[in-house]
Amino acid sequence: MELPLHCKLFLDVHLIPDSADVISAVEFSQSGEFLATGDKGGRVVIFQREPQGEYNVYSTFQSHEPEFDYLKSLEIEEKINKIRWLPQLNSAHFLLTTNDKTIKLWKVSERDKRPEGYNLKDEEGRMKDISKITSLQVPVLRPMDLLVEASLRRVFANAHAYHINSISINSDCETYLSADDLRINLWNLDITDRSFNIVDLKPENMEELSEVITVAEFHPHHCHLMAFSSSTGTTRLCDMRSRALCDQHAKLFEEAVDPANRSFFSEIISSVSDVKFSHSGRYLLTRDYLSAKVWDLNMENKPIETYQVHDYLRSKLCTLYESDCIFDKFECAWNGTDSVIMTGAYNNFFRMFDRASRRDVTLEASREVCKRRAVLRPRRVCVGRKKRESDVSVDSLDFRKKILHTAWHPTDNIIAIAASNNLYIFQDRWGMPTNVRGVFVLSFFFLFCLFC
Amino acid sequence: FPEMAGAEGEDSLYPIAVLIDELRNEDVQLRLNSIKKLSTIALALGVERTRTELIPFLTDTIYDEDEVLLALAEQLGNFTMLVGGPEYVHCLLPPLESLATVEETVVRDKAVESLRKISQEHSPVDLEVHFEPLVKRLASGDWFTSRTSACGLFSVCYPRVSNTVKAEIRQHFRTLCSDETPMVRRAAASKLGEFAKVLELDYVKSDIIPLFTALASDEQDSVRLLAVEACVSIATLLPQEDLETLVMSTLRQAAEDKSWRVRYMVADKFSELQKAVGPEITKNDLVPAFQNLLKDCEAEVRAAAANKVKEFCENLPEDSRETLIMSHVLPCVKELVSDTNQHVKSALASVIMGLSTILGKDNTVEHLLPLFLVQLKDECPEVRLNIISNLDCVNEVIGIRQLSQSLLPAIVELAEDAKWRVRLAIIEYMPLLAGQLGVEFFDEKLNSLCMAWLVDHVYAIREAATCNLMKLVEKFGAEWAQNTIVPKVLGMSNDPNYLHRMTTLFCIKALSEACGQEITTKHMLPVVLKMSNDQVANVRFNVAKCLQKIGPVIDSNALQAEVKPVLEKLATDQDMDVKYFAQEAISVLALA
Repeated sequence: MELPLHCKLFLDVHLIPDSADVISAVEFSQSGEFLATGDKGGRVVIFQREPQGEYNVYSTFQSHEPEFDYLKSLEIEEKINKIRWLPQLNSAHFLLTTNDKTIKLWKVSERDKRPEGYNLKDEEGRMKDISKITSLQVPVLRPMDLLVEASLRRVFANAHAYHINSISINSDCETYLSADDLRINLWNLDITDRSFNIVDLKPENMEELSEVITVAEFHPHHCHLMAFSSSTGTTRLCDMRSRALCDQHAKLFEEAVDPANRSFFSEIISSVSDVKFSHSGRYLLTRDYLSAKVWDLNMENKPIETYQVHDYLRSKLCTLYESDCIFDKFECAWNGTDSVIMTGAYNNFFRMFDRASRRDVTLEASREVCKRRAVLRPRRVCVGRKKRESDVSVDSLDFRKKILHTAWHPTDNIIAIAASNNLYIFQDRWGMPTNVRGVFVLSFFFLFCLFC
Repeated sequence: FPEMAGAEGEDSLYPIAVLIDELRNEDVQLRLNSIKKLSTIALALGVERTRTELIPFLTDTIYDEDEVLLALAEQLGNFTMLVGGPEYVHCLLPPLESLATVEETVVRDKAVESLRKISQEHSPVDLEVHFEPLVKRLASGDWFTSRTSACGLFSVCYPRVSNTVKAEIRQHFRTLCSDETPMVRRAAASKLGEFAKVLELDYVKSDIIPLFTALASDEQDSVRLLAVEACVSIATLLPQEDLETLVMSTLRQAAEDKSWRVRYMVADKFSELQKAVGPEITKNDLVPAFQNLLKDCEAEVRAAAANKVKEFCENLPEDSRETLIMSHVLPCVKELVSDTNQHVKSALASVIMGLSTILGKDNTVEHLLPLFLVQLKDECPEVRLNIISNLDCVNEVIGIRQLSQSLLPAIVELAEDAKWRVRLAIIEYMPLLAGQLGVEFFDEKLNSLCMAWLVDHVYAIREAATCNLMKLVEKFGAEWAQNTIVPKVLGMSNDPNYLHRMTTLFCIKALSEACGQEITTKHMLPVVLKMSNDQVANVRFNVAKCLQKIGPVIDSNALQAEVKPVLEKLATDQDMDVKYFAQEAISVLALA
């Protein structure tokens, strides 16, 4: 089904250089011991944290392949849209990966033993003389070099008519949700042939379509709560206890737009590109094109905090619209203690905001500034004349270099930043949560970079 | 056994050697085959080597594919004799223990099932020395997978261990009921009823009830809903006088839970709950609870409750049944008849007719009949179908005539529904309806419908219509067939559409046996033979197939004189398929 043009604009966002290596998803595991990235080529790379703190490649596998839907005559890209780790079940690790249509459950496990001893052949595979076999031999398991295997455990397919933008695992560890532009489905992790539709925004007549779902996420502790955001800038909280179909929200988080500021771009820039519950479960962090907002679940009419990510772009919206950059979907992240938030921007910049002190900083992830173990220097964007040598003027920002995907280690001050085909990992010099020191000292140093 | 393999020489070793090697083949299917023949391998190795070599190897093979592990878990449950009998059964515990910790639920469940099975083969001493420590290890395992598996093992060892160990087991179960992960709490909640059954009554009261209350008010609704199931078992175990204080407040709370999934579970388990708590509590508590569930704001809950209407009414205490139904249940049922949700209406329609036997003739005519009539006119075909499919209940009580005036338009409408699956469903009820309505009504009103289906444009409908005719003939007899349907069926043999001509053949095939020799030979056979000259090859080979089928019904003179030449002619047809089926018929009928 074709969407009307004005809505379609929200749907295809990635117009960055067409390269299979461009990272499209970054996600830490629950313990932070692992970090997974997905790219446009459908590959997933998993990094493991070494005792010294560095992350090294642990496993690489091809999660999705390009496909073709013969019924609808549509190409299905292999690009990984989202990765989510399951809470650890046993010694193996599990993660969900999704492209536009199909969600897959992968198991990553270690093997350090292999069986030895055949009856009919030797270990090199040469057949033995059958007449000389006088007794039976049972194979014996012997230690071997550690082997990490990724195996596909389940495929959840054929449930989405539109492109999947989110997956989120429920705190009951039994179910997860997947959201596309118009619907949200609820799955059992064990059952692949059935899912329940819990939200359906599709109007009877597609001409009346006024909003699309941009992102959906489960509450970290309450298995019945789920939030989803839309292209109109609203975020809805649904209580799955009250009804099987959550079309009626429990809460609607929306800030009234000042009519004086209304423009052609108002709706486009208010579209929510990411939603993240705080670890405590009390707050919601939303990201729209120009700002990041923190909402208290108990207050629906306005955010408790609003952070301007790059307000200086307000005058450039027209150019950004023409280059389609205005449809970029920036993600956002909380630190482990919910005291700092982080989100990406243009020119390989990313921003951090300390909630208590209201201080903020702009950092840059690029090969030029990232020297091993070097502390990142804050950057500044200036409107008009440069005040300092290191300042960057708005007009010289490179809009092709964008940081869309960022992730913060669940407990430590380690962050992962995806800039095009590069993954940067930075660690706070003090290695402890910022709020312990009481002062927001930003001294992330460069730890590791994967240049693809 | 140990010497057997060697004694029989090298030849007999070879197949076993292949099986053992294939335990580690790269092809999953071959590994699976080998695992399924594990007993053959064990038999060849003898009990000693099975214990010392095969079982240790299997203990470490948990890296395999799920289907292999599942087969292994199942095999090990039947391995006691192969390791040397009950004396050695404990050596099966290590592989099953590792299988009980894998992430795949089906494998874990199978391992637990096998562990439960072999627990019975342990002597009381071995149970305490080997089995119970395994349960403890699983219960305090690092990963939730092992702790969930432990939940299913408490009830099998509890009755057979000493009082000290019993106390430990109860303690472990308590710990798991308050585990930090919801998966383990769910596993514990689902085994709570089973565990309660093996506990002494005093411990049920002192241990199980607090756990039950805690699980029933868990923060996760996925845990709370499982407590409802446990409620049935626990209530059955307790003496009537304790139910009110120990169980009822929790049950009442579950019936009004904030989460629809919990209320759904209450509705779904309502009949079991009703039986478990007995008539008095049912009257005072469950009747109002049931009313609320029937009026629930969530359609899923209403549908589940609607499904239980008949069973609930049936199980009400006899002395007050009619009053309770008339004053409490029926008003809610009346509202559900015009519910906004079609699943709710259709669930109700599948059971509502059953109420007539419970309420008797007068109440049915006065109160239920109007509801049936409304449902027969419902916009959703499933609702109408469900009413029609249960007509027999009403027929016994008030006779079907009362309904026939409304029934007919409903049937006609379903018979002409645009969705072929709906048409198919109503065809399947035709023999039942014919039986209920009688031959006269049928001839007058429904016969034409049955004939119309024969020319439906969907094959599945034409096929079902053919089968329907056969059942009608079985019901109404050969004479009726000859007068009403045979002429119409035979008439179709001249239809310009070859699909309709084939339908004639299919009908004849289906009807010949029910119609008997005379009608088949006199009336049907000439038509079939005439059709052997049809221009369409598909018709001709169906003639051959039809003759093969009706051959045994026809009298032998006609078979030789009339059928044989026609089949011989068809056997020389230009069309391959016609030839093939003609030859097949000749050989089956032994006409060569």
